[in-house]
Amino acid sequence: MRRASRLLGRLFFYLLVIFVVVYSVFPFYWAVISSFKPSDALFSPDPSFLPVPFTLEHYENVFLQANFGRNLLNSLIVAGGATLLSLVLGVLAAYALGRLPFPPKNAVMYIVLSMTMFPQIAVLGGLFLLLRQTGLFNTHLGLILTYLLFTLPFTVWVLVGYFKGLPRELEEAAYVDGATPLQTLLKVMLPLTGPGLVTTGLLAFIAAWNEYLFALTFTVGDSVKTVPPAIASFGGATPFEIPWGSIMAASVVVTVPLVVLVLIFQQRIVAGLTAGAVKG
Amino acid sequence: MLTLRQVRLAWILVLPTLLVVVLVAGYPLAQVFYWSFFKADIAFVEPPEFVGLENYLLLFQDPDFRQALWNTLKFTVVSVSLETVLGLAIALIIHSNFRGRGLVRTAILIPWAIPTVVSAKMWQWMLHDVYGVINVIGVKLGLLSQKVAFLARPELILPAIIAVDVWKTTPFMALLLLAGLQLIPEELYEAASIDGASRWQQFWSITLPLLTPALVVALIFRTLDALRVFDVVFVMSGVNPATRTLAVYNRQTLIDFQDLGYGSAISVAILVIIFVFVLLYMRTIGKEALK
Repeated sequence: MRRASRLLGRLFFYLLVIFVVVYSVFPFYWAVISSFKPSDALFSPDPSFLPVPFTLEHYENVFLQANFGRNLLNSLIVAGGATLLSLVLGVLAAYALGRLPFPPKNAVMYIVLSMTMFPQIAVLGGLFLLLRQTGLFNTHLGLILTYLLFTLPFTVWVLVGYFKGLPRELEEAAYVDGATPLQTLLKVMLPLTGPGLVTTGLLAFIAAWNEYLFALTFTVGDSVKTVPPAIASFGGATPFEIPWGSIMAASVVVTVPLVVLVLIFQQRIVAGLTAGAVKG
Repeated sequence: MLTLRQVRLAWILVLPTLLVVVLVAGYPLAQVFYWSFFKADIAFVEPPEFVGLENYLLLFQDPDFRQALWNTLKFTVVSVSLETVLGLAIALIIHSNFRGRGLVRTAILIPWAIPTVVSAKMWQWMLHDVYGVINVIGVKLGLLSQKVAFLARPELILPAIIAVDVWKTTPFMALLLLAGLQLIPEELYEAASIDGASRWQQFWSITLPLLTPALVVALIFRTLDALRVFDVVFVMSGVNPATRTLAVYNRQTLIDFQDLGYGSAISVAILVIIFVFVLLYMRTIGKEALK
């Protein structure tokens, strides 16, 4: 009797596990399947759960007809730029905050922390005016700078933790050998924070790659527009005809790099996410 | 001597970050406060005119603002509650030892990594009134008597949007709670089972109390996020008054209506609301958690 109930409990548990996995993965699976179906199979009252028949027409449409290639390149430039810039600035600031004698350390940490809680929408109007005044409206640089609002604080906060965790002796040995603080940072400390750089870089990149509100508001036309606002505004030949096949194809194209990154670096990402939150 | 040089170096290293903070947060925020006391359009076609507190008084009379506030609160309460319960369940599942837990953890990261715009589009397609897979499966299994236009019926749009948000952000909740679970020492459970405590009793008297700090952090993060929700709402239903949240209404006022003065007042209101929520959390659960 007890064995039977334990077996039943086990069965129930695994059903739950399967449910969680299907619930998490199915929507993306369905997007992939849909992106490979010809339109008549896509708009069928009895859709198949496999990509049969199979076509690449939606991918051709996305890249040949729409400006999607341009949007993709913009996304790369903007997300890459924001990531690089926040890593460089973040490393410098985090080293000072985590390692050097710096009297207003706590004040700076609190300012940075309060930025992470900052709603993007609350500065939308102010940033709009700033970009207009500086001529950076509808430029890659303008978008990159505004993205630092959410990539930089997080990067600094997490990297401070990494720098603090490094052993004191290393630094002292470098000083004894006559290295300057800057040399110590670049030659001794920086290589040791590699994992932290990868983690924060990944999270910054993903956040910037996925950003929508600023990209929607601070760009006009397709020259700077990134993928999220482009996908959101995908239209068909007429306003009544929504090109679901192309939308799904574009969605798959922007999502696949992220899913690959997640699969490769999942340990790091989880560590970074929880580190940011636990310390925040 | 080295110390003085180090302090100077520290300033030089922190300076660029401080400059960025001033440029992209401080200055824009000051602008928003400043213009909230003016009647002004965002392109400055008309010369701005100082109006004192008029924009703030308007907040209290504007039924659209009230509706947006109400929509935001409904969205926040329902989505954060669902995400907490579901997230806790998933965290407990992953935390228990079984074959394939790595697979589950990878699987739940997928919704987290997908851009919100893309998840909104994916779900819009799945919820399509004629060809959507949810309607097809629902009718086949007999869960739905007929196909439902989820995104056209006013009473169903907000629940649909919440469903997308829950799908997308529950993983984050689960990961934070999982990190909290992993901090609870295993010996406590061993001692409790020796004393004859059931799994259920262990959950209420060990897991939940010790998980409170992680729970509070996760709740604060999620609530702050939910209060400023924009992407999922705007992509799924645009500026539809039935679902328009504060952030959507704020952008519409600033950009579509070009109303810098009133739009800035709404931004300040959002900041105040978020600040109040942070204080509330700190006072009620935060204190206990920090003991």
